[in-house]
Amino acid sequence: MTDLSHNAASLYAPDARTRRRNASEARFRFYGMIAVGIGVLALVVLLTSVLSNGLGAFRQTFVVLDVPLDAAKFDPSGTGDVEAMKKVTTVGYSTAIQKALVDELAAAGIDTEGMDAKDLKGLISQEAPATLRNQVLADPSLVGTTVPFYAYANGRVDGFFKGRVSMESARLDNNVSPEQLLLAQQMRDKGLLTVAFNWGFIFGPDASELRPEAAGLGVAILGSAYMMLIVLALALPIGVAASIYLEEFAPQNRWTDLIEVNISNLAAVPSIVFGILGLAIFINMSGLPQSAPIVGGLVLTLMTLPTIIISTRASLKAVPPSIRDAALGVGASKMQSIFHHVLPLAMPGILTGTIIGLAQALGETAPLLLIGMVAFVREFPDAPPAGFFEPASALPVQVYNFTQRADPAFVERASGAIIVLLVFLVIMNAIAIFLRRRFERRW
Amino acid sequence: MSVGILFLIVVAVAIVGFLLGRQRAMASVQGDMRKLHSLPGYYGQSVFLFTAVPALLVLAVWLFVQPAVVEGRIFSMIDAADVSDGSSRDLVMADVRRISGGLDALMENGGMTEADLTAMRADLTDVRGRLGSVGVAIGANVSPNVFEAAKEYRHMSDRANLLMVGAVLLAALIGFGFAWMRITPELRARNISEQFVKALLIGSSLIAVLTTFGIVFSLVFETWHFFNLYPGKDFFFSASWNPKFGGGSDLGILPLLWGTLYVSFIALVVAVPIGLMAAIYLAEYASKSVRTFAKPAIEILAGIPTIVYGLFALITVGPILRDYFASPLGLGSSSSSVMTAGLVMGIMLIPFVSSLSDDIINAVPQSLRDGSFGLGATQSETVKQVILPAALPGIVGAILLAASRAIGETMIVVLGAGAAAKMSLNPFEAMTTVTVKIVSQLTGDTEFASPETLVAFALGLSLFVITLGLNVVALYIVRKYREQYE
Repeated sequence: MTDLSHNAASLYAPDARTRRRNASEARFRFYGMIAVGIGVLALVVLLTSVLSNGLGAFRQTFVVLDVPLDAAKFDPSGTGDVEAMKKVTTVGYSTAIQKALVDELAAAGIDTEGMDAKDLKGLISQEAPATLRNQVLADPSLVGTTVPFYAYANGRVDGFFKGRVSMESARLDNNVSPEQLLLAQQMRDKGLLTVAFNWGFIFGPDASELRPEAAGLGVAILGSAYMMLIVLALALPIGVAASIYLEEFAPQNRWTDLIEVNISNLAAVPSIVFGILGLAIFINMSGLPQSAPIVGGLVLTLMTLPTIIISTRASLKAVPPSIRDAALGVGASKMQSIFHHVLPLAMPGILTGTIIGLAQALGETAPLLLIGMVAFVREFPDAPPAGFFEPASALPVQVYNFTQRADPAFVERASGAIIVLLVFLVIMNAIAIFLRRRFERRW
Repeated sequence: MSVGILFLIVVAVAIVGFLLGRQRAMASVQGDMRKLHSLPGYYGQSVFLFTAVPALLVLAVWLFVQPAVVEGRIFSMIDAADVSDGSSRDLVMADVRRISGGLDALMENGGMTEADLTAMRADLTDVRGRLGSVGVAIGANVSPNVFEAAKEYRHMSDRANLLMVGAVLLAALIGFGFAWMRITPELRARNISEQFVKALLIGSSLIAVLTTFGIVFSLVFETWHFFNLYPGKDFFFSASWNPKFGGGSDLGILPLLWGTLYVSFIALVVAVPIGLMAAIYLAEYASKSVRTFAKPAIEILAGIPTIVYGLFALITVGPILRDYFASPLGLGSSSSSVMTAGLVMGIMLIPFVSSLSDDIINAVPQSLRDGSFGLGATQSETVKQVILPAALPGIVGAILLAASRAIGETMIVVLGAGAAAKMSLNPFEAMTTVTVKIVSQLTGDTEFASPETLVAFALGLSLFVITLGLNVVALYIVRKYREQYE
């Protein structure tokens, strides 16, 4: 208090020390704002990057053709028998598509001088003949008519209209020439090429490394759905049962303490370790098939259990003891009080936790890589339960698969697949939030 | 009979058991419910449980054990002579399975009978051609021994399936009979079925323990195999990682561990200050409107799958770092680098650190803050000199948990850090981590019994031990800290 005399200046003007302290206060506050800003900015940049790269995957360049299907060629037996028509390979369809393309170009008056048949064919995806063949085999009555056919344009042509491929890059590219791109531009002007929503990306199967334009997510979405079914069917009952025991029945002793420590540690075990577990126990020891949804589902179940147990216990704990006491008071047994009264009241919280656990499991990649889900799978698995044992892919693994391929068009596919994954996650979380808002009760 | 149908049969029998049990209980007291010890539903429930649960347990265990037993028997039938060069017993075994599946298809579509099959011999008939006719493609010609193994495999599987159906149905019927026979009005059916349910609850909570046991067992077992093939000294102390397909690989963990720790270090350097400051700001300074917007935004980061972060590192952060930092500074030309992975992983960890710190800061009693304000301290002085020291143990625990997350993270480093095992200080060089190598060693086509594959289990065990150690310490600290203020 001796230096009060130094502070003789006005009370309205802060002295140097106060100014320093205030400045430091403002600085600290500013750092905090920056930290929050970086967090929010990171989210924005992350989402923008994914969206800007991936939205293109949902739009696709198609070549619009009218393909005449000569009955003599595609149904040599003339009986309309599908088995007989299967003998016509994709080569036959390929020539028909090529001929249709040449005719259409001539009809539209586009000059194709200096381009041989191979160049023209190169505009269309190599997947197109197989697509047309499947279309015909699915509906044999098409033979003998002229079918309007939307063929995928080659990935480079597609990239040209999306700005990924330019004339300069085409010059250095073996797969496409600037002349082809010019022709494509002309076709676009004449309406022979159109850009439309690509349902094939969502519902179609994966395609080989050389055909990025045809790659789709159908098998992966189905595989992920199967795994989520398995996780839901196993993790929810087991998790709820375990939580009821630990929360309501377990005596406080060393044994239950061990179980509790165990569960909290399991929640923090790296996911890849669960993949090793799945590989060693489910595949090598008990001989379940590789890359099957059943194995993935079991591994994800084990991973999700701790999450579900922790959230279920929290919602059981939130039900006030008065409910239990009232039930016991009118003569219910302990089991009855729990199953008839406590559990229904805790259900919204349990479901919320389960959905969040499922959302986590849906995005999990690393363990699935180890149990062989990286395999290239084109066939859709059958309906459950047989389909659980057939090879399938999974959405996040499909993203990883796309990133491992050389063609830059797959970057767009990978980001597109992420958008699909994020849409599912948003839906699941929205349901969880809705449940919480709608049914949560505060006591 | 397929497993699905068997399952449905068991459930159907159990439902019938429920109805019959209920009915028997009612009949035993001539419909006068008051004379029963329990509500009639409980008599039915006890029959249901005794019928379904043991039978389904038998089914589950059988499904788990049968393939292992059958394959083990068949495995010993394959001679060394059947395994051609470049092949392995596992591949031959896969052939055996395929041929046996093909034989089933032949029975169904190819018009073959059991008698034909017994007479069919690989050295006399064209097995490959016949299997091909029903759409089962076999790589090479089938040797007689392998064909016999396939026949035996099919035979044993069929027999085992039949046995399984018998055993499961027997279990169901015994349970049914036992529970049904003992229904009397005096039977304490509610207590019995509640005891049963309680046993199921205990069993479910044991699954968590079983999982841990399974993890440890599978890791230790295969790691032990690995150390039989490869000296442990080299694994732990060699600074070179160079797996070769032909053998003679160098499999030292040190470069991988270095990469792991380096990436995690950068991630923590990014995440800890940002996460902590964000938590402090949101807890102590932010207005309500900022908090309702910023807090969920940061928490969304935690809900995004790691593959998304991996892709972000691969297509956005990596190229930016390379073009604007590494190349101009002459530090490297690779878009996947320790820096890329570390930065992105740091972003992933921000919400983790901030939500943990938030809990911990909020747990500091208000009285400490009030005391500090009363002495004239500013808000930042209170935070720095009172709250942080009081919350320090908890924050250390949170950082350790974040470190364990970073060390075990896989997809970000697989896509962002690169695959070259190196020990370098330059953060713009590609390096690799333990998790990346686990993935690459286990997704390749190498034979399962080779050290190059088995090393993944040793890496996995090291990873498990490190993260478990960090978790145990962190949870202990956090728990101790919470108790301090409760």
